[in-house]
This record gives sequence, structure tokens and C-alpha cells, in this order.
Amino acid sequence: MVTGIQNIEPTAIPDSMKQWEGSLEQLRGLVSERALTGETMLLNMGPHHPSTHGVLRLLLELDGEQIVTCLPDVGYLHTGIEKSIESRTYEKAVPLTDRMDYLAPMSNNLVFALAVEKLTGLDVPERAQVIRVICAELTRINSHLVWLGTHALDMGAMSVFLYCFREREYILDMYEMLGGQRLMSSYIRPGGVWRDIPEEFLPALQRFIDYFPAKVDDYEKLLTNNPLWIDRTQGIGVIEPEEGISLGVSGPSLRASGVNWDIRKSQPYSGYEKYDFNVPLGQHGDVYDRFYVRILELRESLKIIKQAMKNIPAGPFRSTNRKFVPPPRAELGRSMEAVIHHFKLWTEGYNAPDEEVYVAIESPRGEIGCYLHGTGGNKPRRVHFKTPSFVHISALGKIAEGHMIADLVGIIGSVDIVLGDSDR
Amino acid sequence: MGVISSKLGDLGVVTTTLDTAVNWARTGAMWPLLFGLACCAIEMMATQASDYDMSRFGMELNRASPRQSDLLIVAGRVTRKMAPVVRQLYDQMASPKYVLAMGDCASCGGVYNNYAVVQGVDEIIPVDVYVAGCPPRPEQLIHGILTLHEKVRGESLAQWVKE
Amino acid sequence: MQIPKALDPVEAVKGKFPEAVLDVVQFRDETTLVIHPKEIVNVCRYLRDTNGLIYNFMSDISSVDYYPDYNRPGRFGVCYHLLSMLYNRRVRLKVYLPEDEPIVPTVTSVWQVANWLEREIYDMMGIIFEGHPDLRRVLLPEDWDGHPARRNAPLGYETVMFSFNSDEISKHKPFAKE
Repeated sequence: MVTGIQNIEPTAIPDSMKQWEGSLEQLRGLVSERALTGETMLLNMGPHHPSTHGVLRLLLELDGEQIVTCLPDVGYLHTGIEKSIESRTYEKAVPLTDRMDYLAPMSNNLVFALAVEKLTGLDVPERAQVIRVICAELTRINSHLVWLGTHALDMGAMSVFLYCFREREYILDMYEMLGGQRLMSSYIRPGGVWRDIPEEFLPALQRFIDYFPAKVDDYEKLLTNNPLWIDRTQGIGVIEPEEGISLGVSGPSLRASGVNWDIRKSQPYSGYEKYDFNVPLGQHGDVYDRFYVRILELRESLKIIKQAMKNIPAGPFRSTNRKFVPPPRAELGRSMEAVIHHFKLWTEGYNAPDEEVYVAIESPRGEIGCYLHGTGGNKPRRVHFKTPSFVHISALGKIAEGHMIADLVGIIGSVDIVLGDSDR
Repeated sequence: MGVISSKLGDLGVVTTTLDTAVNWARTGAMWPLLFGLACCAIEMMATQASDYDMSRFGMELNRASPRQSDLLIVAGRVTRKMAPVVRQLYDQMASPKYVLAMGDCASCGGVYNNYAVVQGVDEIIPVDVYVAGCPPRPEQLIHGILTLHEKVRGESLAQWVKE
Repeated sequence: MQIPKALDPVEAVKGKFPEAVLDVVQFRDETTLVIHPKEIVNVCRYLRDTNGLIYNFMSDISSVDYYPDYNRPGRFGVCYHLLSMLYNRRVRLKVYLPEDEPIVPTVTSVWQVANWLEREIYDMMGIIFEGHPDLRRVLLPEDWDGHPARRNAPLGYETVMFSFNSDEISKHKPFAKE
């Protein structure tokens, strides 16, 4: 910390800062010249900080309480998921995709499954598509609940956190019915879903749908018209539409700026074109609008789930193409062919052509994309995930400039970042 | 106070060993460090939230400062870039301090057997209790914490003085 | 407001930059234009600003390594995934880079988001973006050696501990002290 050091040559580095490991010269060009002379303060926020939503590190240059430059530093959670997938077959890579964005595991499963299906030309039955839509929307609600709870907690509203996590447990219970795991269910696989929905799932879902709207009203009662909340969020962290597009911001964060772009509407996947839902848009692009767009999305997601669960078609829950999808357990006792397929799939996997595809879907955070390049063999040559959090963190510097340091916490919360998603 | 005072007479005095008293205090208010890394941190948050409520064990207070906390829950994968930070946090904690490796990644590297992840946080800091699971359920974490409490109850003050 | 008629990106780019388009690939309804690395910035700006194209959103930049035996123009490939929100379509631009000199001009001047996406590729794949304002590592520590996403980089796998080999491994495994 150096403040109030006067009468120094404009480019000289004061002695008090030389104790710092690494040289200030590294920062030349990244922070303003005033920081090098000690006129402004350099403050390190994170990677261990309660309100950076994980292990994000921000190097802040502060003029008093005002942020002059904000340099985000990520990678504290870089786990080499892409490289690990390149050493596995396509089916075995699914559990790794769960762990990228751990608040929206089903979205990651879905984008990877869609990419593999596009690369290999695999078809997905109707029933699986409807189940996928239900899962994706449940994931959206789940992710938005954690976002709302932690965002409100950062801004000082403790009780919203407790309420959100209470409702979230219902969704996790349903995940457990589907995939046997609370968070990392790996339920959506290439070719369909892992298994058919259990009989207790739909009643549980119905109970949740009946129960949840009143709870969203409660959150709104606590926050939407709360003068303290409005004071802290309105007019803060404005993203202009043109700048947002140039910065690559997507999802609810971009829609809060008034850009009508939702991949579920414009480039529908998994049969989203069959459902009737609205895309909530904001006007100002500030923290409050981003908050309110997500609240409205909670209701829209419920609407989609309601429509989807009414007409789940009968039929297989995953592709019947035995070259890609293992046969059901019962068939193994009767058919030699099924045994061979089963053995081949779990030892060798299937081959995909030496071509490339890019699939993008609407995750709770924004556009999540999967670039997949096959080798002609059973393992991918390259898989790359374009993740919304990574892009949003890169935009953070631009958004936060000129704001107070107390508002930074709100801005970080409002663009909804998950560090696992960003670092992969 | 009716029952207790009638059992104790009017003295209001309990005799016990110093060890028991100290360990009772340590287990009754063991403050964890507010420190989440990855997926397990979400389950750790769920453990503190409404359904599981870790404050039943005197742990409702998560301190963000390592100086004020007794327990470091390593919740998630520790990467090579994060490892020095975790070690520094551990060094900054005041003794007596305990470490709980939550989840497979913190215990042994888990599914990430690759260049970026430290294969078990015990390569960097000494660990008291390992909790398996990817991620562990809140019940598992609570069980791990109770196991740690049991361990703490078995400690004796003489040992601390010797060290 | 009258929306200009949509142009075919392949024909438009071919007409404007006849030398730059090396190849056009169609696979599963995805169009890939293989571009000469020197012209990538001009092509990107042309695709973004021309009426009838307006590829205003950069979805992703990804890289791919064709090591070891590639039958392609270069060892590395860099793919630019562009999206036109107005016409609701995507196109992929691809450049091939040689093994000994993987250098491509940066497109940060066209889209700001390219800044971090290119840094990530530099970090993971070791491709150098000429003229990039801040080409540092982003995900790995700054003193990291090598570029892990390359096909000839090792995964860094360690032997998994089972009961039959646990003694052997614990002997070598570094355990931390107080």
C-alpha cells in the first residue's frame, strides 16, 4: 500500500514498493502511470475473498475509493478438463463436463452431448429431447437460485440466501432421482439421457411447480422494491448494448441491456421451438436490470417445464443406434450381439470423423459453446469450451472502471460468474 | 437451571480435567475459514444453509480471515496455481488449527489426474480428516466434522505444551 | 428500418478477397472459410461491417493441433466462430499456421472479446498473436513451462494408488509438514 507519497520523479518507483515480490515494471502499460509513482493505490482482491464467487483475483488500482483500473486474474481453478477429455473416449468424457460449471451441470452435459451428436450424426428420440429440456430448465432455476442467494448475500441481504438454498434442495432431490447424485449427475449423455425418468420424478416435479411461484414472489417482496437494494443496484455497472456485444457478453447479462438474443429462441435445439415462452429484456443494462431479468427468467423456466411435463412422448429415452448407445441390461442375457456392442462401447467407444463442429446453447449464464474436433478414432483431437464466465470476467475490467470499490462486489455478482466455468 | 443446580447442590461448581474443558471449548466453537474452491464449496454452502444447518455444532460463524479461524475446509480441487495461496492461508492461521480435505479432488486429485491439479492437498498442508465423495453430500461433510471433533476431544494439553 | 438483403458469406468474401480464401469446407451445415493468415483482420472487419453480412458477435476463438502426421496446410489451426445476430447464422473462419512459426495477427481491434480468447490460446497452444496489447498467460502460472494443449505435451498423469501399490507410492509421495 502506498498512498500520499509526494515529490517523487514521475517514473521512479518508491522504495516502499520494492519489497513487493516481482517488479512493478511488469505492470507498466496495464495500470496507469500514477500507480507506478504511488499516487494511486494498488490493491489485491482475492483469490481468497468472500465475495469474488470463488477464486477470482482482481488487481485494483484505486484513487481513493474509486476504481481506476481493474485487472482480473483467473486460472486459480484451471484443471485441464479439455486436455483430460482429449485422452478419453466420448462417452467417458461426460462426467468431466459436469465439473466445469458446477452450478449448471446439465447445461454442460447438454452442450457436449449435442456436439458429439452433431459430429457423429447421431439422432435423439423425442422423449429424450423433452427430458433434456426439463433438465436444462431445472438447471437454470438451480443456478439462478444460487446466484440470487450469493448476490444478495454480497450486498448484505442474508435471509435471501437461506430461502434460496431451501428451495434449491428440492431441485437437488430431483437430480438425485434422475442421476443418483445431487450435483454432478452426468444425466444427459450423447444419444439421449442415461436412463428413463423414475416414476416418482414427475409427482415431485409437480409439487415443486406448485410450490415454487409463491417463493419467487417472496424474493421479489424482499428485494424488488426494497429501497436499499435499489440504491445499491440501479445505475451501477452499466453495459451499453454495442459495448456488450463487442465485449462478448451474452445471456441474461446482455439481455438486461436490451439486446433480444436468446439461443433458445433464435437457434432452437432439443425442441425448444415447441414451447411458448418469453425472453425478458432489460432497458438500462445496470445491476438492477440484470437482477430483474433473471427473476423473470425463473418464471419463464417454470412455464417451459409446465408445458414440457404435460406431454412427454412415449418411446425410447435414448437412441437405439447400438453402435453409439449401449443396449439395455435385460438384452445382455439374451442376445450375443448386445454383449458384443456392450463390450465394444465400454472398452473402445465409437469413432467420430476427422472434422470439426461448434455447438452453442443458452446456459444460465450465457452462451456456452463446445468446439469439438474428431480424429477419426475414438478420442477427440481437440475439445474447447467457450464459457460465458470467462468472457464475462474479461469484460469485468471495462464494466467496473470508475465505480466505487463497494459497487464492484455488486457488479461481480450481477454478471454471474462461476470460476470453474471460467478456468475449466 | 433447575436440574443442574439440584444435582450440583447450591455450589454451582463442576470439577473436570483441564483437557476436557479446553477440548470442549475447541469443539464447541470451531470456526471454519470462509474459503471455497470449487464444486464442493457449493455443498459446503448448502451445509451451512437452511436444510443442514452447521450452526448446530457451533460453526455458524465463518471467518473470512485466516487469523480468526480454527478449521480450514479445503473444498475443491487445488491447482498448481492455487497451491501457494492455500499454503499461505494455512500458515496464517493461528494454532491450534485443523484441516479437513473435502471431496476426492482435495484428498487425492479425484478425476483430475493431470498436469494442472495437485494430487491431494496433503502434499502441501497436513490433513486431519479426509471426506470422500465427488462432491460429498452435506451429511458426509457433517460426519467428517464430527470425526474431527472426536479427534480433538482425544487431544491432551500436555502434548501441545511439549510441541 | 429496412434490413438489407442477406448476402452469402462465401461469395461475398471470395469476391472481396479472391486471394485470401484458400478453401471452403461444408460439414453438417457449418461453413468453414479457410483464410490466409495475413488477411484475417481485414476479412473479420469486412464480415462485421458489410451490409448484408453483419457478423457482429464473436462467439469463440479456438485452436487445434494436428500433430503428429497432418495432411493439412499447417500443424496448427485457429478457428474464429462468428455469429450474425441480425441474420441469425454462424460462420467459421479458419487459418492454418506452420509448426515453426505459429504467428497470426490479432483481431482485438475488431472485437474486444478477442483479447482474452487469444490470450487463452497463447497460453494453452503457444500460438503468438501479432500486435496483441497484452499477451500474457491467463490460466496457468506465469512461470509455467510449455503449452499443455499441444498434442505432444504430456497429460501429466500420475499412477493411481490402489491397495497393492499404496506402500510403493506413499514412499515417494511428498507429504507436507507443519
